[in-house]
Amino acid sequence: MTIGYKAASVQFQGVTKAFGPVVAVRDISFTIEPGTLVTLLGPSGCGKTTTLRLIAGLEMPTSGRILIGDRDVTKLPATDRDVCMVFQSYALFPHMTVLENVAYGLTVGGMAKPDAHAKAEDELELVGLEGFGERLPSELSGGQQQRVAVARALILEPEVLLFDEPLSNLDAKLRRRMREEIRDLQRKLGLTSVYVTHDQEEALAVSDRIIVMNNAVIAQEGSPHELYENPANVFVADFIGDANLVKAEIMSVNGEIAVVRIGNIERRLPCRGLSPGEVDVAIRPAAIILSNDTSVEGMEGSVLKATYLGNHIEYTVDSPLGELFVIDYQVDAALPRGATVSIDLAERGITLVLDEA
Amino acid sequence: MNKTVALWLAVGWAGYAVLPWYAIDDGFFGFAWFGGFPASIDSAPATLQVMDHGRAWLLPIGLALVAPLAVLWRGGDKPWAATVLMTAGGFGLAYTLAQGFAIGLGGWGFGFIESAFGELSDRQFGMGYGAVLVFGAFLFFLTQGMAKRGAINGDVFVVGSIGLVIALIAAFILFPVASILISAVQDNDENFAPALFFIKLLSRDIWGLDCLTSRLTCGIAWNSLLMATLVGAGTTMLGLAFALIATRTGFRAKKILRVLTVLPIVTPPFVIGLAVILLFGRSGVVNTFLEWAFDIEPTRWIYGLPGIWLAQMLAFTPIAFLVLIGVVEGISPSMEEAGLTLRADNWRVFTTVSLPLMRPGLANAFLLGFIESLADFGNPLVLGGEYDVLSTSIFFAIVGALVDQGRAAVLAFVLLAFTLSAFYAQRRWLGRKSYATITGKGDAGLHVRLPRRLTWTIYAAALPWAALTAVIYCMIMFGGFVETWGFDHSFTLRHYIEAFSIETGRYGLVWSGAAWNSFWTTLEIAAISAPLTAGIGLLAAYILVRQRFVGKDAFEFGTMLSFAIPGTVIGIGYILAFNVPPIEITGTGIILVICFVFRNMPVGVRAGIAAMSQIDKSLDEASLTLGATSFTTLRKVVMPLLRPAIVAALVFGFVRAMTAISAVIFLVSANYDMATSYILGRVENADYGLAISYSSVLIVVMLAAIILIQRVVGTRRLSRRDGQQFGLEGSAA
Repeated sequence: MTIGYKAASVQFQGVTKAFGPVVAVRDISFTIEPGTLVTLLGPSGCGKTTTLRLIAGLEMPTSGRILIGDRDVTKLPATDRDVCMVFQSYALFPHMTVLENVAYGLTVGGMAKPDAHAKAEDELELVGLEGFGERLPSELSGGQQQRVAVARALILEPEVLLFDEPLSNLDAKLRRRMREEIRDLQRKLGLTSVYVTHDQEEALAVSDRIIVMNNAVIAQEGSPHELYENPANVFVADFIGDANLVKAEIMSVNGEIAVVRIGNIERRLPCRGLSPGEVDVAIRPAAIILSNDTSVEGMEGSVLKATYLGNHIEYTVDSPLGELFVIDYQVDAALPRGATVSIDLAERGITLVLDEA
Repeated sequence: MNKTVALWLAVGWAGYAVLPWYAIDDGFFGFAWFGGFPASIDSAPATLQVMDHGRAWLLPIGLALVAPLAVLWRGGDKPWAATVLMTAGGFGLAYTLAQGFAIGLGGWGFGFIESAFGELSDRQFGMGYGAVLVFGAFLFFLTQGMAKRGAINGDVFVVGSIGLVIALIAAFILFPVASILISAVQDNDENFAPALFFIKLLSRDIWGLDCLTSRLTCGIAWNSLLMATLVGAGTTMLGLAFALIATRTGFRAKKILRVLTVLPIVTPPFVIGLAVILLFGRSGVVNTFLEWAFDIEPTRWIYGLPGIWLAQMLAFTPIAFLVLIGVVEGISPSMEEAGLTLRADNWRVFTTVSLPLMRPGLANAFLLGFIESLADFGNPLVLGGEYDVLSTSIFFAIVGALVDQGRAAVLAFVLLAFTLSAFYAQRRWLGRKSYATITGKGDAGLHVRLPRRLTWTIYAAALPWAALTAVIYCMIMFGGFVETWGFDHSFTLRHYIEAFSIETGRYGLVWSGAAWNSFWTTLEIAAISAPLTAGIGLLAAYILVRQRFVGKDAFEFGTMLSFAIPGTVIGIGYILAFNVPPIEITGTGIILVICFVFRNMPVGVRAGIAAMSQIDKSLDEASLTLGATSFTTLRKVVMPLLRPAIVAALVFGFVRAMTAISAVIFLVSANYDMATSYILGRVENADYGLAISYSSVLIVVMLAAIILIQRVVGTRRLSRRDGQQFGLEGSAA
């Protein structure tokens, strides 16, 4: 992994931010390693954007300490922090040309205009916009504007680069391409980056680590893989990739392995420190196997809804466990609505959920 | 931030040790004081005042200026630095003010201090350059200390701006108003006399109701209220008629309506009143015609309530129109279309959907007309006759035969109570509703055509009125070119020559016309005050829209307050407050500039708020995260996008400074005579020809200035395709 020469760590120590009686962020602590891309993920209103703005210095914490590198920046205003931000709305200055926008940070920092513009040209080339310098932002497409916003932030080579839902104004295809470009740039330059999104797929795709937030606190922190495979609680399990949450029972624990009874099916799962008794289980939609052959061993259910989506079919199935959401990639063997099916579970894609929601 | 401390420390010491502490007699911009500087007692800086002239009470100010030096040398980022700055700044401000008020022209300023310390042989004059700089230094030490403590995200510029605006509002709005209140409860020898206050306040000529039972006139308070109510109601209805014509009918000459709305704004006071006299007065066109055609005896019926009402209707209907056109346009067509699809006819849709939705706008228009009418001075003065209203009575209590400052203060108190109540009602009841009618979403529907009978009604009301306005303005232009209106209508340039003649004398051009002196003064004062008005107004708007802080509501109220204070009241307040030290500026040009800046500031604030709320806040934040200070952000990002608002504020500041009369008549002096007060003098001498020709020239000059300002400040360019674009978000997609 490349680490940019300026890339710095970010550290929150018990940070709380309240707006009057409303607590947006409650006593959170985390560390972001230099050169990594960390995503703040959560539903709207969970405090992720406030957290990002606290890093930028656009908000001041009510209590707690914030460090960038080794420096305590808790009371340092945005102007004096070496942090740049790509805004959700891009926030391109509409009265300046693209080149002036990109060079803005350099010129207000005191660099002579010709030098700043030359450097801005290079930066535009880096994001694939050479020759667009003289245009106004209103004359660019959404994706181009996005790149200008990124170039404007990158040109200052900040210690930390922040992204506030940068792709939410783009259509689905462009979103996929832009997130790859951002990830490539970040890897190439080795920038410490913090990325806010509410789209779990985007988070899984771009992040080194993900911090899931809910109700002003951190719900779980870990690599995409850890979060997906071992969600700490019901909220994370449901938020990261859809999951069917059902009640089950741990029959016995043997070392690291628990024998779990889900309906009439038994599975051996990592026990995650739980002891025998009732437990929540998260089952990924693709881990449920439907078959119209009712003689197969399993639970019996019936198809309530079937939605054809090209490369897969989504079913809603009534079962002894409750309604289940199922994804089936066998589009050729589509089951009709109302069909009676037998339900089986795959070996993977099932997790015990720790009881701390 | 230590750089900022160093800067203000330098300013403070320059004010304390270098520049003259007291105001110089020959004016703020006079430089004759160099002669006696620095030894003479008049021009000595504070340091020498302490050492050579025994004014030891100025010493603690210097000590407060020493403390921040410690911050500069040792402070750095240490927490105690903030405390030192706040203490030095706070103490410095409080002490400098206290000594200014405590020791005045006659020694001690308050009796109780004299009895405590014994008589003081020395005295002091108003504060000068030195004191102003020291004040600034203390103020910004205080705000820097607060910023260092973490106020407003530690933003030195923003905290400083808030402090500056608050200090200016306190000094030039709150202090004069407080002076009126104090003066109202004193007798004319400045003794506390609450009993006299109540006698004056409750007197029969203010509150009497004789007109209900006899032929005597009612109290002036009732007169004012009745007038204001009639004008408020009238302008609202007429304004609504014009707004409906402009937006909901196929009327072709809509552009002319727009012109009619601009004209009253650039019309000097008295002019409409004079034109009304020329038209309806005893020897006016109408009476002459009636006498000639039907042998009807000409009367003076126009003087009094009818005349004032007519003139104020002409002057203030455009304001109601401007308020209501926004509201009428803002009603979403889809609401009316929904009504139609629910099988209501045009008339029912109008009465049950459109009209109720306009209710906040109607109330707003009424209250604006009400306040303007109460505050109006020019028209009642010209057309009042026997019908006395508060604003003119205040004037005559000061300049009339029976000078009674206490009575003026009491009347001002009553008038202020009325306007503030209306202002409060407007804000409390309506708040910002009228501004937030248009959403960002496109609404493709069509407004419902008005019902036919309503269309004819509003045409019948509005078109004759428009014609009357047109006639009035023709008469204004025409009236300056006739010998004596009503008697001798032969063409002449006499009035223009008398006012604006230029002769070539021995030393080149001689501006020999009678009006040149006041004309140039007016231009100069207006040109100075317009940018200041725009600057402070937009700064206040920036603070209000972009910053969160404790006491923001009170701050907003303070910035908008002067809108509700009638000019005559402000005039009285300025005389009472600024005629004696510590701020002794009556008779100067400065007091005129200050008066205009703070009277017209609310419009700058409103224009700024409206424009700035359209600019996405993330633009500011982007600039901040790119390392620009908030001052740079304001200069490079916000200001260029605010051009339309800047133009509006500049134009308004300039025009109002040229047309203001009510506060000005108390503040003009021999050296600084303003056009409007000069015209007032001509009107009082019944020299209508000159008054009207001068006014016509002013109208032309103001129109030229408006065009010039628009050229210079220009428009913003956001897209190559069209010069103007509305959705000012960061994503200009």
